[in-house]
Amino acid sequence: MRDLSLHILDLMQNSIRAEATVVSLSVLLDDNGILSIIIEDDGTGMSEELLSRVMSPFATTRTTRKVGLGIPMMAENCRLAGGDLQLESALGKGTKLTATMDTASIDCLPLGDLPGTVTTLVTMNPDKPEFVLHCQSPKGEMQFDTREIREALQGVPFSEPEIAAWMLESLREEIEPIFGGVIL
Amino acid sequence: MKSLAELQAIREKTLNRINLRKEEESEATRVVIGMATCGIAAGARPVMLSFMDEIQKRGLQHVTVSQTGCIGMCRLEPMVDVIMPGQEKVTYVHMTPEKVGRVVAEHIVNGRPVEEYTIGAAEK
Repeated sequence: MRDLSLHILDLMQNSIRAEATVVSLSVLLDDNGILSIIIEDDGTGMSEELLSRVMSPFATTRTTRKVGLGIPMMAENCRLAGGDLQLESALGKGTKLTATMDTASIDCLPLGDLPGTVTTLVTMNPDKPEFVLHCQSPKGEMQFDTREIREALQGVPFSEPEIAAWMLESLREEIEPIFGGVIL
Repeated sequence: MKSLAELQAIREKTLNRINLRKEEESEATRVVIGMATCGIAAGARPVMLSFMDEIQKRGLQHVTVSQTGCIGMCRLEPMVDVIMPGQEKVTYVHMTPEKVGRVVAEHIVNGRPVEEYTIGAAEK
């Protein structure tokens, strides 16, 4: 993966596959330049047995191939950038993934097109789950919640191209000032 | 957030179109993009956003875009299926945002698949 937003798109597909009703994503940059990416869902969760081997590239729930690289690749990129990836999960409760890295590290990936990632997730999954996005840096913060937009749209699906265009532009306007010039 | 009022206006505009489409459900063209780890790493996201953008710019009414998982041919990602009513499914491989314009214009609008981008041409 070339940037963190692609990792986020990939990892959040796991939450969708786990039949989550709400998936929240927080991208937080603190005063010391430590970046945390937290993905939390209320999906099916993982058994202790699956949780114990999910960091391995040879663990996957799919049947089309024998490797599952999403989590191990992200974990490796976190470690390269002086951070770590942690998973908490319980069957029936959901899963929380916390990825940290030091943005001062030369190996820290850029954030990339986060608005593109969120727009893709929302338009490709128009019915469920609900997505909540929270971005914060010393420069400011923003919140985005598909439940608010769903209410405003009154039945018009997120998959309409005009809605996607609006979302992409609106997210760009809001995220740019928060992370622009720092990690974008 | 860009104003929700603006969103309301877009909603009104879109609503008529959706009602129109519902009446002709069988006429819809489906664009399906592979969005598993392999697809994403190979560049599926910009391809998907290009399709949305092209469909919006051209005001195409009967086209829906959706995603699928990994179908086991990771080396050919990003892969896109275009399914038009009454025609066989066409699978495009190694897609890029640059190729999207031609697929929309020649295949989705004019009904002639872009042979050179298809899986058939890639696997020869």
